[in-house]
Amino acid sequence: MRTLSYAQAIHEAHAQLLDRDPRVFVIGQGLWNPWYAGTTLKDLDKAFGCDRILDSPVSENATTGAAIGAAIAGMRPILFHPRMDFMLLAIDPIVNQAANWSYLFSAQVSVPLVIRSVINRGGEQGAQHSQALHAMLAHIPGLKVVMPSTAYDAKGLLIAAMEDNNPVIYIDDRWLYETTSDVPEDCYAIPIGKGIVRREGRDITIASISYMAEEAMKAGLSLEKQGIDVEVIDLRSAKPLDIDIILKSVKKTGRLVVADGGWKMFGFAAEVAASVSERAFHDLKGPILRVCLPDIPAPTSRALEERYYPRASDIEKTVKKSLNIVSVA
Amino acid sequence: MPKRILEEFKVEWFQLLDECGTLDSSLLSPLLSPSESITKKEIQGFYESMVLIRSFDEKALKLQRMGRLGTYASICGQEAIQVGCAAALRSSDWFFPAFRESGLSILRGLPMKTLYQYWSGDERGSVVPEAHNDFPIAIPVGTHIPHAVGAAWAALYKKDKIAVLATFGDGATSKGDFHEGLNFAGVFSLPVVFLCQNNQWAISIPVSRQTAASTIAQKAIAYGFPGIQVDGNDVIAVYLVVKQALERARRGEGPTFIECLTYRLNDHTTADDASRYRSEEEVTLWQEKDPMRRLRRYLEKTYDWSTSHEEALQQEVNARISTAVEEYESVGPDDPLQMFDSLFETLPKDLLEQRAELKRRIEKEQEGARH
Ligand SMILES: Cc1ncc(C[n+]2csc(CCOP(=O)(O)OP(=O)(O)O)c2C)c(N)n1
Ligand SMILES: [Mg+2]
Repeated sequence: MRTLSYAQAIHEAHAQLLDRDPRVFVIGQGLWNPWYAGTTLKDLDKAFGCDRILDSPVSENATTGAAIGAAIAGMRPILFHPRMDFMLLAIDPIVNQAANWSYLFSAQVSVPLVIRSVINRGGEQGAQHSQALHAMLAHIPGLKVVMPSTAYDAKGLLIAAMEDNNPVIYIDDRWLYETTSDVPEDCYAIPIGKGIVRREGRDITIASISYMAEEAMKAGLSLEKQGIDVEVIDLRSAKPLDIDIILKSVKKTGRLVVADGGWKMFGFAAEVAASVSERAFHDLKGPILRVCLPDIPAPTSRALEERYYPRASDIEKTVKKSLNIVSVA
Repeated sequence: MPKRILEEFKVEWFQLLDECGTLDSSLLSPLLSPSESITKKEIQGFYESMVLIRSFDEKALKLQRMGRLGTYASICGQEAIQVGCAAALRSSDWFFPAFRESGLSILRGLPMKTLYQYWSGDERGSVVPEAHNDFPIAIPVGTHIPHAVGAAWAALYKKDKIAVLATFGDGATSKGDFHEGLNFAGVFSLPVVFLCQNNQWAISIPVSRQTAASTIAQKAIAYGFPGIQVDGNDVIAVYLVVKQALERARRGEGPTFIECLTYRLNDHTTADDASRYRSEEEVTLWQEKDPMRRLRRYLEKTYDWSTSHEEALQQEVNARISTAVEEYESVGPDDPLQMFDSLFETLPKDLLEQRAELKRRIEKEQEGARH
């Protein structure tokens, strides 16, 4: 099979979706000269025309509202917010409108909209350019939230998001763009709400998502060398949450660490921990531990960033803490 | 029922100093009150300021290329607006910048060292001197426009005889913040001046894809106050028009919107490559309209400004900039624990715990490194 990068896989999914369905169009900022999109949208305007790849004015709210209107009118838009932070300028159309529409109108009309947004952290970008807001969005009843961590999932989940008849938030992470995996050439969908066991192990479960799934795999490899057998689950969707896959794993290992690139308080990891303790309290040999961002905005300087973003080594330390292994450093 | 014209509008355009450095002084008097004049010293001061901020900018770009500065947004080509505004503002007025106003900030008294620090990503570069009436740089496009409106409302309420100036790009005029902010200012007749640095581009999007209107200035008309277009590369026009607008605001006569036509001569930021989306011819065309060149021509023609004046000025400016760079680069990295310390006045218990944990970890690592 071919190997593609995460960025190439996103690109291919767009191209195939545009190719197979004339109702599909992409709208957002910088689409004709993608600045924040890396290569994920490169030259799509040339391949599919500027009337299907719409580079918008700096109007997040209008762009989002318009995409919703077009979706209700029978189109299948992919709305692109190159910075998740600035998607907040369109929170009303997303939360009040798109998320509620089906419910408000007794399922007569839904909003078949893919809202793609990018987490763009690190590199001195700071508090207003690096936010991971998936937990906030997953909190909203009418939204689904997917967060691929591999090239294979990046393609399959974008296609699944398009095939869903309700609004789906698709979040990709710039830190993953150069990672590679095997990616089939056909237009395949990965079920939304299904996690995957990335690595089997007996001693402890790490439930993770997005770039923290990558970091969890690195931690797993390092811990293996130290004689610790880690099971790594990549949840792939924040919502719906694949709780069964975690319960099954925890039944075996009895220990759980949740690794998430969002803030700790009221976050995704908190939801996972609560759901597991509600259902599998008696399988647990110890408390569920979390590896998340500290509950402060992202810093800009390198010295601070290094301490802000959790990495594989932080997961490792937390695993050892859960197993009561006293580490030297 | 007969058809009637209810309103008709005009949008005025101002230019006093043309591209060849010729000043149309017949236009001066309507812009100045009878007791006022614009002196040689002032005009020379404008030029000195331009040289300073352009040199700051060039140095920033150099430092960035050498890996000694972070991503930087160049002001090159837009100096006349920044010098004109700085001269028109009083220190008691409030200024709300976007992110392409480094020059204006320097002229408002922000140390160059601090700005270099800011653009290196050091959070300490966001600390401004006491009693400095400028809001912080707004990286999110246009979000500071309603803030400026709020500050103007507060000034009106407190009967402070000040004005507020908010500057932003052409891209920002597509934001709801712009439209809601201007409307609000019109409704409450607030002492605020909105100034758009229309540099023709919002990253890769030309202004023609930002608005279908033939001027941005005319947008003010719908909000019930004057909109004026100015040659933004003519420092004298910018200075006089902004000064009038600020005075109008201070007199309690309400807001003004000024569109300054200019051009972003460099890439959007050091992370951009503008040659991917705009032609060299276009850039060359605007280089001809360079604000500094035309003012220098004027000085040469009118005041015998010579090469030796120029060299002396450049030397003095270079020395100031070298000192600023030295100061900036002599600051060591910040303490990582600092990231917890600017969020709240007093840190809640749960965050104190997170802070203590990081402290423990750093100490443990340092201990480990010593052994
Ligand atoms: C709310 C928001 N949307 C998008 C961006 C990304 N962005 C950064 S600068 C910029 C263009 C701004 O253009 P303009 O207002 O004309 O200012 P200029 O850069 O030309 O000075 C955009 C879209 C942002 N920073 N904030
Ligand atoms: Mg612009």
